[in-house]
Amino acid sequence: MAKKSFRQDHLLGIEHLRVEDIEVILETAEAFIEVSSRDVKKVPALKGKTVVNLFFENSTRTRSSFEIAAKRLSADLINFSASASSLKKGESLKDTVLTLEAMNPHIIVIRHSASGSPLYLTTFARSSIVNAGDGFHEHPTQALLDALTAKQELGTLRGLKIAIIGDILHSRVARSNIFLHHKLGNEIALIGPPSLVPKEFEQLGATVYYDIRAGVRNADVVMMLRVQEERGARNYFPSIREYRNRFAITRDIFRLAKKRAILMHPGPINRDVEIDTAMADAPESVILKQVTNGIAVRMAVLYLLKGELDEAAN
Amino acid sequence: MKLLIKNGHVVDPAQRLDAARDILVENGKVKEIAGNIKKIPGIETIDAQGLVVAPGFIDIHTHLREPGQENKETIETGSRAAAHGGFTSIACMANTEPVNDNRSVTEYIIARARQVGLIHIYPVAAISRGLNGENLVEMADLVEGGAVAFSDDGQCVMKADLIRKALEYARMLDVPIIEHPEDHSISGEGQVNEGFISYKYGLRGILNAAEEVIVARDLILQNRIQSRLHLTHISTAGSVELIRNARRQRTRVTVDVTPHHLLLNEERIQQFDTVFKVKPPLRTEKDRLALIAGLQDGTIDCIVSDHAPHTRDDKDREFEYAPFGVIGMETSFPVIHDRLVRAKAISLQRLVELFSTTPARVLNLKERGQIRKGFPADLTLLNLSAKFKIDDEFFFSRARNCPFIGWEGKGAIAYTIVDGRVAYRSDKK
Repeated sequence: MAKKSFRQDHLLGIEHLRVEDIEVILETAEAFIEVSSRDVKKVPALKGKTVVNLFFENSTRTRSSFEIAAKRLSADLINFSASASSLKKGESLKDTVLTLEAMNPHIIVIRHSASGSPLYLTTFARSSIVNAGDGFHEHPTQALLDALTAKQELGTLRGLKIAIIGDILHSRVARSNIFLHHKLGNEIALIGPPSLVPKEFEQLGATVYYDIRAGVRNADVVMMLRVQEERGARNYFPSIREYRNRFAITRDIFRLAKKRAILMHPGPINRDVEIDTAMADAPESVILKQVTNGIAVRMAVLYLLKGELDEAAN
Repeated sequence: MKLLIKNGHVVDPAQRLDAARDILVENGKVKEIAGNIKKIPGIETIDAQGLVVAPGFIDIHTHLREPGQENKETIETGSRAAAHGGFTSIACMANTEPVNDNRSVTEYIIARARQVGLIHIYPVAAISRGLNGENLVEMADLVEGGAVAFSDDGQCVMKADLIRKALEYARMLDVPIIEHPEDHSISGEGQVNEGFISYKYGLRGILNAAEEVIVARDLILQNRIQSRLHLTHISTAGSVELIRNARRQRTRVTVDVTPHHLLLNEERIQQFDTVFKVKPPLRTEKDRLALIAGLQDGTIDCIVSDHAPHTRDDKDREFEYAPFGVIGMETSFPVIHDRLVRAKAISLQRLVELFSTTPARVLNLKERGQIRKGFPADLTLLNLSAKFKIDDEFFFSRARNCPFIGWEGKGAIAYTIVDGRVAYRSDKK
């Protein structure tokens, strides 16, 4: 596999990527899907490279996904989790990262509850920084794996209508998806109660709906978001019951979307809160495919940032 | 001890003076102001040819961090920074450790300021004990001890009943209550102005209404109490409008604004640079222009720095965890002169009014804010054509959290004279 032009030192978000960058990542990911289907799921593309998973927020799926991606590329991987760290002893993020960098890693994958933290790291760190989710800001690999999944299922990433439903205000997944689909020229519908979906989001190239039926109508992709209780989202509406009645995806509402529409969720899902349990398991649901594709996308990102030319072909 | 300032151009809006004058100072007081005072052999003479001589600048909103946080700033470094910025008098807020809510802390600050002996420092005491928003401090005792105003500043008084009682009680003492208008139930954990930018970058927002509901509340209370209410660092177009309307109804209120809210907008935070993290947050361009209009039409009375020193480490961290605040005493005059006076948004006379005349009136500092025979010789000499460049070396403050680093322009302090003594001169650093 030839390493195509990817002129980024870091992956901080979708906002600053060019359309060509997005396309290169997706094409590279498609090639890596094959690796994961082999019996021996390993290529030496990152042999001798060290990847640090620096997670300051609980995350099993994203951390594991990056871990598997790095290992399938033959990288050495260190998991550094905040609870076991010196952060509890009062060490600053900067000192923590400088200490890790003294061990000469090549890539630092960071998940942090404070928006902008990955960008902050680039002001002093030497490694390539990969944003695995920062506050409510961005979660670029999630948007990329969502795009890869949509491309597989729908055959194209152009001329689509993407409906995103739920807690837009506190969602980094929503922001990265909005940036991505706006760049690709797709129609974006944002759906939720006004307290969680400020009208100003329309300035990002989306249309805001408070009526789920109007928003889902003719959509190609219906993307559900989790109600993020840990971010205080519950104070933004009166009750889960009322939320579910107005904004959960059910078979009846999903019928308003296009015939071949797919249902996505970044997980973890709350069954019978934002997603009707039958819908979660319906054939249109691609939730588990998203998880599988996450590995290929993360392999692509790690490889494009630090991989050696042509080694992946071995 | 005598000092003669020759050939300067005196601007004193309090007496509508805008003319060439010599000033003779004796024993710390202005002895004579005249068109031509003959040089007296043997006395110190400043040749102020080409300089503007203004009444000493007064910054009524600063944080000096002493006692308690001397790693950020001290009364000594803060005094030097003030003198460098042209300020002969400053007022310092009560959020020290311990809080300035009792006479011993007020007297300590005054004693330390005298020891340093560079400029006048006027302590602002807390409104409530320990800034708890519940119980009034001993206001009369504090005034006797030297406090010139009361403010809980960043811990805006949430209980309308408490601010009502503070305003009523302060009327007896004829001292201002200074309110930092912020409804904490609205601003919450907010980091930046709430709107498109905060939504786009995933930062918690501080709605303009968080400020405006307190401005409105205080103006309604003040309309019947008619005490001395001063609203500090207003930042929104809505606040300007509320104040304009209240004035029409003869509500007694004074208002200040900061250089950073006048010259910067929320777009600065797009790189998550913590130097632009400040309360109230940098607002929209529309708000910024409304503040300038408020300066022009007289709705806003003075300019303050809200000088809030932090260490490098305090600010060198995740945006959400960095403290709010910028330093400003040293940059207020140069940036306002360069970007508002030279751009003809306001006149030099208006600038002097905003920096000297009105701040003296707000704090009821008698004999300051004007140049009159027999008054203390607090003078700020300005070189309007001197170039300035704000870089790391520029500062006398212990801190460097200044949003104007990198700015260049024209207008510098040439001399700061306090009670007839030179506290700062640009040719000697």
